[in-house]
Amino acid sequence: METPELDAVVRERDGAAVIDLHGEVNSAAERALGGAYADATRNGSRSVILNFAEVAYINSSGIALIVGLLAQARAHGVAVSACGLSEHYREIFEITRLADFMTIADSEDGALSAADGRKNA
Amino acid sequence: MRQLAAVTKPFRRRLARRGRSPRPDAGVAAEAQVATGASAEQAPVEIAPNDPLLAYLQSASGAVEIDELELDSAALRELQAAGVKLVVPLVSQGELIGVLNLGPRLSEQDYSSDDRKLIDSLAAQAAPALRVGQLVREQEAEAVTRQRFEQELEVARLIQQNFLPKELPDLPGWQVSAYYRPAREVGGDFYDVIPLPDGRVGFVVGDVTDKGVPAALVMSATRSVLRASAQRLVEPGVVLERVNEHLCPDMPEKMFVTCLYGVLDPATGLLRFANAGHDVPYVKTGHGVEELRARGMPLGLMTGMAYEEKEAVLEPGDSVLLHSDGIVEAHDPDRQMFGFPRLKETVADAPGGQLLIDRVLGDLDDFTGAGAEQEDDITMVTLERSGGSGQLAPASNGTVLADFELASEPGNEREAIGRVESAVAGLGIEPARLERLKTAVAEATMNAMEHGNEYRSDRSVGIRVVHVDDGVQVRVTDRGAARELSEAEAPDLEAKLEGRQKPRGWGLFLMEKMVDEVRAESGPDGNTLELAMRLEGDDDGDA
Repeated sequence: METPELDAVVRERDGAAVIDLHGEVNSAAERALGGAYADATRNGSRSVILNFAEVAYINSSGIALIVGLLAQARAHGVAVSACGLSEHYREIFEITRLADFMTIADSEDGALSAADGRKNA
Repeated sequence: MRQLAAVTKPFRRRLARRGRSPRPDAGVAAEAQVATGASAEQAPVEIAPNDPLLAYLQSASGAVEIDELELDSAALRELQAAGVKLVVPLVSQGELIGVLNLGPRLSEQDYSSDDRKLIDSLAAQAAPALRVGQLVREQEAEAVTRQRFEQELEVARLIQQNFLPKELPDLPGWQVSAYYRPAREVGGDFYDVIPLPDGRVGFVVGDVTDKGVPAALVMSATRSVLRASAQRLVEPGVVLERVNEHLCPDMPEKMFVTCLYGVLDPATGLLRFANAGHDVPYVKTGHGVEELRARGMPLGLMTGMAYEEKEAVLEPGDSVLLHSDGIVEAHDPDRQMFGFPRLKETVADAPGGQLLIDRVLGDLDDFTGAGAEQEDDITMVTLERSGGSGQLAPASNGTVLADFELASEPGNEREAIGRVESAVAGLGIEPARLERLKTAVAEATMNAMEHGNEYRSDRSVGIRVVHVDDGVQVRVTDRGAARELSEAEAPDLEAKLEGRQKPRGWGLFLMEKMVDEVRAESGPDGNTLELAMRLEGDDDGDA
């Protein structure tokens, strides 16, 4: 079975960079995710939102990529949040404690307001 | 007094010394060499253990005048005939270790009391020195015996090893493993794998009674005759019959050979076998463990024997264990035997192939206790038909819902998820728990493809889904070398974010969090992760 590569598209909304992910977050997603993060932060955005609404599958290699992205973001002082996670992957983000280091929101709006809250705090 | 001689070779001395008190039947067989007046040395006089002279000398306090003794003693008569006049007991640490025999004085006068004093004091000094000499000689003799014994063992070992197969055949769709470990005193175990015409393969496990070189020689003869007969004859029963006829005329007395001979057609899985009194092999199938019984007398006992022939069809996933009695006849420190039921249980519990061999050896070591010397040779040959997860045992009360193989290609864990999901579709697992099971299956499959199979095209991942009482078990097996299945360290997100741990290493952690239990089995032939999940969870939260 071939591994479909993740599609990651960056758009800006209300001062935050939203990365819309399509497909699977697995080891093959490294380039797409890395590239998207670079694009998202190129213009100095201090807030990145990962939108998992169109992601049906995340595995441990994908988790490792998100950990890598999070480490990079922390070094750059960039806040990362996530939205659109299914109940199951939300649980996995909690179990792995990713949820302790990034805001998990139900929706993109929720993620944005959380980012605003941080900005204003 | 011209010449003194005290040459002693107390052969039985050792026996006497082992027992606490000198046993009259072992006694002292002191050989005495006699110096007579003018003649040269004479043949030593041996005093038999039951000769009354011996008892007399043991209690004598000094030199004894032979001519004054009145004993019904053969040794005494012999000494007198040899012209011995005086016998001086040589005593060391209260034990008679030899005697000094003196002939008549040259002057032909009797020995004076001065003479006797001199002789007694000489004897008192000579005895300990003589004892030391005896001990040294005994030890030398023991060393030589030991060395000979070791040499013989080495020869036996060489013969055995020379006749064991150097390599096992590569049968597509089958895994053949073998194990042979001789006891220190090499027994007569052997095994053989014989390529036959039409791609069939003969399997042999045998055991020659007796040990050491004689057993090794009979084993090598049996093997040669078997190999030759197997090439010419098709039916295993007829092959054993022929081997028996060949062996009988030259078989040393009280020796015989037990032997299991089976012929496998790898294409169909048909195993035809006959048994000459050897331990019954086990076959493990999806329905449990069965014995492969066939009647027949051991080889080399008597001519004209017939050997019953049976057959079994090995389905994918089935595995066979051929073994020798060194396993079931091993003892624990309380002298209990390992026994067939225990072995059968191990076969039922363990996967097949090399994993089974390892498990049997482990169980055996636990049973006999650490450091116990192996009593007899241990031989095992396993034969396993690939297919499905193959090596895996279904739970005794379980129903196999799916059993399939996947190529080791990135992304194939998605295929595994899909097939497991359809396999358990009818069980009514609630959606959240099903999602967790799927993630665990994906992680176990990735782990097998990457770490066990190294993404090699010739190594597949076996997955078996079994419905047990109140839950489901998914067993994921790779074909890689044995490895540690646990993570080196628990993933710590903070450490990972700070670069103190690599970002990776989440697989096993996730599996453990997703299902109720993760069990790992590892062996040189493959590694299995078993994921167990109850159909209904205690709660809706964390599994």
